[in-house]
Amino acid sequence: MRPILMKGHERPLTFLKYNRDGDLLFSCAKDHTPTVWFADNGERLGTYRGHNGAVWTCDVSRDSMRLLTGSADQTVKLWNVQTGTQLYTFTFGSPARSVEFAIGDKLAVITTDPFMELTSAIHVKRIAKDPTKQTEESVLVIKGPQGRINRAVWGPLNSTIISAGEDAVIRIWDSETGKLLRESDKESGHKKTITSLTKAADGSHFLSGSLDKSAKLWDTRTLTLIKTYGTERPVNAVTMSPLLDHVVLGGGQDASAVTTTDHRAGKFEAKFYDKILQEEIGGVKGHFGPINALAFNPDGKSFSSGGEDGYVRLHHFDPDYFNIKI
Amino acid sequence: MLIDKNEPSKLRWGELEEDDDLDFLLPPKEVIGPDENGIKKVIEYKFNEEGNKVKITTTTRVRKLAKARLSKRALERRNWDKFGDAVREDVGSRLTMVSTEEILLERPRAPGTKQEEMKVAGDSLAQLSKGGAVLMVCRTCGKKGDHWTSKCPYKDLAAPVETFVEKPATSETSVAAPGAGKGAYVPPSMRAGAERTTGSDMRRRNDENSVRVTNLSEDTREPDLHELFRPFGSVTRVYVAMDQKTGMSRGFGFVNFVNREDAQRAINKLNGYGYDNLILRVEWATPRTN
Repeated sequence: MRPILMKGHERPLTFLKYNRDGDLLFSCAKDHTPTVWFADNGERLGTYRGHNGAVWTCDVSRDSMRLLTGSADQTVKLWNVQTGTQLYTFTFGSPARSVEFAIGDKLAVITTDPFMELTSAIHVKRIAKDPTKQTEESVLVIKGPQGRINRAVWGPLNSTIISAGEDAVIRIWDSETGKLLRESDKESGHKKTITSLTKAADGSHFLSGSLDKSAKLWDTRTLTLIKTYGTERPVNAVTMSPLLDHVVLGGGQDASAVTTTDHRAGKFEAKFYDKILQEEIGGVKGHFGPINALAFNPDGKSFSSGGEDGYVRLHHFDPDYFNIKI
Repeated sequence: MLIDKNEPSKLRWGELEEDDDLDFLLPPKEVIGPDENGIKKVIEYKFNEEGNKVKITTTTRVRKLAKARLSKRALERRNWDKFGDAVREDVGSRLTMVSTEEILLERPRAPGTKQEEMKVAGDSLAQLSKGGAVLMVCRTCGKKGDHWTSKCPYKDLAAPVETFVEKPATSETSVAAPGAGKGAYVPPSMRAGAERTTGSDMRRRNDENSVRVTNLSEDTREPDLHELFRPFGSVTRVYVAMDQKTGMSRGFGFVNFVNREDAQRAINKLNGYGYDNLILRVEWATPRTN
């Protein structure tokens, strides 16, 4: 396949997100400006100007009208996707690390980092349909985990919130009361910081990637460990194919393998694994730096990766990808 | 897309009238539509300047990038105005480009092979067929897959003609009078009476594991050397001396290994190796120090 290279960011990429229809790709980077691209040919549509710090995360509503971005400047901003105007700004006491719209887009879960005296926290905010009626108040604030919470997502039917972070423990909280329902087992769980988390298309299972060079597949309701995928490099980003049973891991910090004389495509690769057999199917090379973000198009026919090198690489699969057999 | 055109020289306007009259003499244009690989051929016939009939075959590969089955909303979004930093964008902006390289989903090993098959050593030729093994050809006995020419157990049967093929043993004799026999360059640190500082740091040790490769072909470049020497161990640096004017290799280069043992093995195996129509000479970059 011929990947499409998009160099809209001057700093490393932090997050990638496709919209529900799969025609727009949102990219966040450390350069303060989230960008939106057309997902078929990589043409840039626009940028959202307003943040004063690295943008760590974003999420788009189901109708692709609203964009939420979380940044190191301690704010989370709500944008109009089409025009790029800011609709609302939530202010926090510390950098925001992860945002996600709930099903129905009426709520959003936001995590903030530990900063000075503040511990890390998970906030649930109500998102009003009419931006003028938007308020700052939180529906729920959960404090508890030590260390940074790198990712928090909604569980099935918005009844739970799943969080994962630096303490390598995955926790499931009740989204109405804030009570801790489940924790991942210390023995079988990750050993180092969990960097990323992605849900399956139907929400029944999710995948977590960690700096301990592995990714693990968990059941959403019971938090039982289903599968483990091992790599040689720390995992920075994970994604799952909505079409086939493939899992993709991206990461890398393997300095000894990088040679300064290799002028061909970079050596950092996104590794594909069979979800059920846990075996490696292959790798897609190309990035010149560790891969920090991965996202699969909801139609399953393309995926994109964002790296430390500031490039977003958009790959449309060749027909023989769909016939891969182990 | 692959485009292969063989075009005649342009028609001059003064001759156009002529061509119109004679067009009926030409066979009609043929279009052989995209086959299963997406190759499309268009065969046209024209008259060139001298009035000769010329057949032009245009071969293109039609590649479907993505099935554009966009929803109604997505189609609307396609027509949105650009905003933010993209407002001032022109079509020629270099933000988005298709990669010039074909990237494949590289399988870790050939699908279908099991681990046990790899362990069966057996016939040396069988090892070859596994793929990925460095093809070892001995020029003396012609036996493949076993040993290099310099290691040929049958070397007395038909001694190789090339006298400059050095074996590692002989290079050690030249420590005292380096390069005297060949007139090779002797660095100041190795000349008689030179003082050598001991205690090398990481960098020095690296440079001590430097291997000089000579008799390289003209179009050998760093990546080629890297590929060639990589099987022996981690390579930290490759350098090929280039002639700035012609852009061709000057026929020699250096490879730095992390480990000395890897460098030694590389020298043993690749010295005398036939690479791209020339026989390589591979040796320590400075005469071996103890």
